Amino acid sequence: MASYSATQPASRFEMYSWLFMRVSGVVLLVMAVFHLLLMHYGIGVAQLSYDAVAARWANPWWRLYDLFLLFFALTHGANGARILMDEYLRAGGWRLLLKIVLSLLYLLLVVMGVWVIVTFR
Amino acid sequence: MLERTSFREGLSYRGGSSMWAWVLHRVTGLGVLLFLGIHILETFALSFGPDFYDRTMELYNTAIFRVAEVGLLFAVIYHAVNGTRITIQDLWPALWRYERAFVWVGFGIVIVVFVPLALLGLLPVFRGEL
Repeated sequence: MASYSATQPASRFEMYSWLFMRVSGVVLLVMAVFHLLLMHYGIGVAQLSYDAVAARWANPWWRLYDLFLLFFALTHGANGARILMDEYLRAGGWRLLLKIVLSLLYLLLVVMGVWVIVTFR
Repeated sequence: MLERTSFREGLSYRGGSSMWAWVLHRVTGLGVLLFLGIHILETFALSFGPDFYDRTMELYNTAIFRVAEVGLLFAVIYHAVNGTRITIQDLWPALWRYERAFVWVGFGIVIVVFVPLALLGLLPVFRGEL
């Protein structure tokens, strides 16, 4: 069995990344699982329509719920993808390029998601 | 720096249940992230009005997507259960001693939760409604 010693972490960023994955993981365990069960087994994908969304988003708390879910899920996922890139690709060209693409996609999807949740009438 | 390992050599590594738990965690994580991207784009389609959005949503009501939905269900349940196991073990490092047992407990929980929900979700396909 490995021993555990309290040494200084190699990188402060990676320590926060590790912590964020655990905290957001617990948040998503509740929020994402509830969202999935509600949409797929409560309401049903076949019943989802523009009117169904309008009815749900008439309640601002559902918009807030979806905003939190969007932030935690996408950030958790994007950080996971970043970790995979660090582990499977050598430092340099491709890894840098893919990380730039990932960052841009992350920003684009956050903006699109927030935009539609906030501005939908 | 680690030596470069070929894909085939990687497959021959016998890490057992813990290794497969780790591999599955990465595969399911990537799968859920892919769906999340599609899901945000499809939600953004609300901005183009009711007709466009409802036509977009009709794509989901096909047999292929119903089966893909079961894949998503598995990925989310597995990632949630295995992630919870990792988080608990990280909070109490002494528990890492029992990792193999916990991995099997996790697999058991995944099957018990996933199978009934998958069958329920596939009912419309079995009935030939799609």
